[in-house]
Amino acid sequence: MLRADALQAIYPELEHHIVVTIMGAVAVELYMLGHRHNFFYLEHAMGLASSMGLGIALAMPEHKVIVIDGDGSLLMNLGTLSTLARYKPGNLLHIVFDNESLLSVGGFPTATATGTDLTGIARASGVPSVLEAHTPDSLKTSVSEALASNTLTGIVSKVEATGPKSFHMDLPLLENRFQFKRCLEAMQRHTHVR
Amino acid sequence: MPVSVTNSKLIYDALKACDVKIISALPETWLVHLIRMAEEDPDMTLVRLAKEEEGIGISAGAHLAGVNSALLMQNHGFLASINAIVSLALLYKIPLLMLISYRGHMGEKDPWQTQGGLVTEPILRAINIPIWHLNNPPDVHRRLKDAQTLAHASLHPVAVLLSRELMWED
Repeated sequence: MLRADALQAIYPELEHHIVVTIMGAVAVELYMLGHRHNFFYLEHAMGLASSMGLGIALAMPEHKVIVIDGDGSLLMNLGTLSTLARYKPGNLLHIVFDNESLLSVGGFPTATATGTDLTGIARASGVPSVLEAHTPDSLKTSVSEALASNTLTGIVSKVEATGPKSFHMDLPLLENRFQFKRCLEAMQRHTHVR
Repeated sequence: MPVSVTNSKLIYDALKACDVKIISALPETWLVHLIRMAEEDPDMTLVRLAKEEEGIGISAGAHLAGVNSALLMQNHGFLASINAIVSLALLYKIPLLMLISYRGHMGEKDPWQTQGGLVTEPILRAINIPIWHLNNPPDVHRRLKDAQTLAHASLHPVAVLLSRELMWED
């Protein structure tokens, strides 16, 4: 499966929720499908997209948060799975596109290329629902089910190690940051009585 | 255990006065009472971490969602978080209220804490993070509030160093 096709299949779900992606190909591919103010692209700090997602999910329990992670990033912060599993926010969905490669730095193979099993690690960490989806259709179904379940869910999708020709995004990272914060504030105002 | 309950409570109350709603923490001796107070407070969300750098991500998420947070860590946890501070908090202009137990400084008996004690302030200065020392109980409320105020005004992390004099009674 191409990650770009996978993203296209789930875009109608992503559109309406808070989305945090990691840097690199996945950020560019989602941006090219249509940037929205509820999308945040973490352009550095590899490994911390899921921690950011956890912070948002705990701060905004009435809203769904979708983190789009990658194998290289997740392997840098495997402890995040134990922390997510400890608090089990039901409004958090953690999608991991596993291309077995550090694609944006030249395609070096990660440990998932030699047998490390992220699905198994997530399950053994205590994430209550961990799914695998290797076609755009099955990913779309899994995402819909996870969002409806109100259960912390991880979805691991194997994808090909190919990305966009250019990593350019016409969106300075601070613009993205302030846009995103204002968007979350507006979402809070519409639904939130704390 | 000679960790000061009185001064831990003073710090905890100051965090409450700062409207802190989420605290991330990794246990260390001086922080035990603060962590217990957070755990026992129904209005506080305590996130126990596997590694301190996760806390930088959690606080960044909380800030973008409009919720005040604080991080409790040992200075070695700060050292373990530097890339997260640089590549997330500084890069994205995220305010952080970091309460750092200042191990390895004057009075330290544990040899293994001493290297971290020597480098804590130089490294904070090298990455341009303002430092407030908490040594005296009467300073606690004002200094924590002022640290948070500066963090929010500058959209920048601040470090509050919890000293042995404040935290340890022997």
